[in-house]
Amino acid sequence: MIRFIAGRLVSAIPVMLLVTLISFLLMKLVPGDPAMIIAGLSATPAEVEHIRQQLGLDKPFLTQLLTWYGNLLQGDLGQSLLLGRGVTTSILERLPVTLSISFYALFLTLLAALTSGTLAALRQNTWIDQILMSVALIGVSLPNFWLGLMLIILFAVWLGWLPSGGYVPFLEDPWGWLAAATLPAVSLAMLQMGLLARITRATMLEVLRQDYIRTAKAKGMPPWIVVGKHAFKNVMIPVVTVTGIIFSLLMGGSVVIETVYSIPGVGRLMASAILRRDYPVIQGGMLFVAAMLLIVNLVVDVLYAWFDPRVRYGRDGD
Amino acid sequence: MATEAAVLARDEGWLARLRRNRVLRRLRQHKLFLTGTALFAIVLAMAVFAPLIAPLPPDEIQFRHRFEPPSLAFPMGTDNFGRDLLSRVVYGARLSLEIGFTVVLLTGIFGTAIGAAAGYFRKLDNPLMRVMDALMAFPAILLAVAIAAALGASAVNAVIALAAVYTPRTARIVRASVLVVREMEYVQAARACGATNWRIMRRHILPNSLAPLIVQLTFIFAYAVLAEAILSFLGVGPEPPTPTWGNIVAEGRQYIREAPWITLFPGLAIAMTVLGLNLLGDGLRDALDPRMRVQQG
Repeated sequence: MIRFIAGRLVSAIPVMLLVTLISFLLMKLVPGDPAMIIAGLSATPAEVEHIRQQLGLDKPFLTQLLTWYGNLLQGDLGQSLLLGRGVTTSILERLPVTLSISFYALFLTLLAALTSGTLAALRQNTWIDQILMSVALIGVSLPNFWLGLMLIILFAVWLGWLPSGGYVPFLEDPWGWLAAATLPAVSLAMLQMGLLARITRATMLEVLRQDYIRTAKAKGMPPWIVVGKHAFKNVMIPVVTVTGIIFSLLMGGSVVIETVYSIPGVGRLMASAILRRDYPVIQGGMLFVAAMLLIVNLVVDVLYAWFDPRVRYGRDGD
Repeated sequence: MATEAAVLARDEGWLARLRRNRVLRRLRQHKLFLTGTALFAIVLAMAVFAPLIAPLPPDEIQFRHRFEPPSLAFPMGTDNFGRDLLSRVVYGARLSLEIGFTVVLLTGIFGTAIGAAAGYFRKLDNPLMRVMDALMAFPAILLAVAIAAALGASAVNAVIALAAVYTPRTARIVRASVLVVREMEYVQAARACGATNWRIMRRHILPNSLAPLIVQLTFIFAYAVLAEAILSFLGVGPEPPTPTWGNIVAEGRQYIREAPWITLFPGLAIAMTVLGLNLLGDGLRDALDPRMRVQQG
């Protein structure tokens, strides 16, 4: 097990190095002079020069790269040009907001996807199956920003049940948080719900055909225990596998959904940085999210190997 | 794959051969595939015949008709400039499909090249796939938005950004099937006969790795349409007043209380396109890979 973890850590190092390099190179994609684009058309030459120095763009490429890595080692992602503060602090301040909504969305995803996927598998080829899987397919196809706006029209404008945007910290007012976070979480969860419901159904169908399920049924075990205990455990394996993908979708979706609902999280920080060409925030945010996802994937891999020893010894290195 | 059938069919005409084709027969019986084809055909027709379908030019401003709800004269209503939304949505189909298709094309070319090289040449495998892993470490949308923001908002840059995001995902799939096909006996036979790497790749490996690639590219088309809409919505896609679906939704967002139809229709168009492509992809997967079909019952 320790060898497995060590192996995973070692293989994550080159990827992490490349991720930091890609984040650094992102600014090099900017055509022309980034300092001038950031400063805008009305800027004086002195202002442009100031930005250039602040970003270190006046130094040679290699110096810039080494500075980037040197700062990274100290957890310094640079300074935001517009917020006038460190990128790392700006992200960390907003992280709880994004995480709280993401976990809410994850909870909704698991709840809806596992129950509907299981139900659809148990009632295969009936109208229940068809309706549930149609809904799942539509969920995968809806643009999340549009779904968010439609939910605002329905639940905030017409029915007036929930606020159309904004955020209330959970610790200040749990009910306010629930009211503010529900629509964003649903919009954020829809895509993953559809994906996971389809995966759950397919796996459940496969598992239900296994010998041990037949044995359990044959010895007279009540159906709900057969499904709930024997089958469900095995359905969880692919679910754990896609956790990394789900987290990735949640983080990507946050950029959009936090913009739609004016939620002061990391996603909206990124979206406004993108609109206002605040490159250090874009670079730092990208890197931060990617690093977080790499860690999530690492933990998932380790948990996976822990639960399923075949992984530890079987397929290796891929 | 269907070698015996191919030998039998050699004396028949191409039409008869097409009728016998197992994949096509499966597709014809796949109801969801047919639904997907129909949905996509509608969008494709909108895109191709946009000038004929659209009642007005997409950018024609009519201040007398601002914020008109859907009616016979304006089936989808009008926006804050009095522009006809039906016309804008129809022209939006053109842009969405153009961008989606170009992304699919670029992704197909680069994904195949990288995936095949990584799968076939052992020495290239590790370096190439680690770069792909690194690109995939970022959430797809976030990376696409960041690249598009760095390059500048335009349709071409949106295509570049999306192709960069989806190429690794395609390369990984091509690599996986190349790894399997590479070990097949017919490849070893070809090698023993002295076939060059290039010939083996072109004649044996790529044709036999095609099925998963086609399925993947169909889904990438769907993702690309969705992602392009998101880029436009966030302000890093083709710049307004270009009538992309994402742009129309973004503009309508400000008037969501007074004129929700501005937001409603372009979103439905996106959903219809993506749903159609997803159904097509599901159908192709079931038809090309019978093992997956078992689960569908």
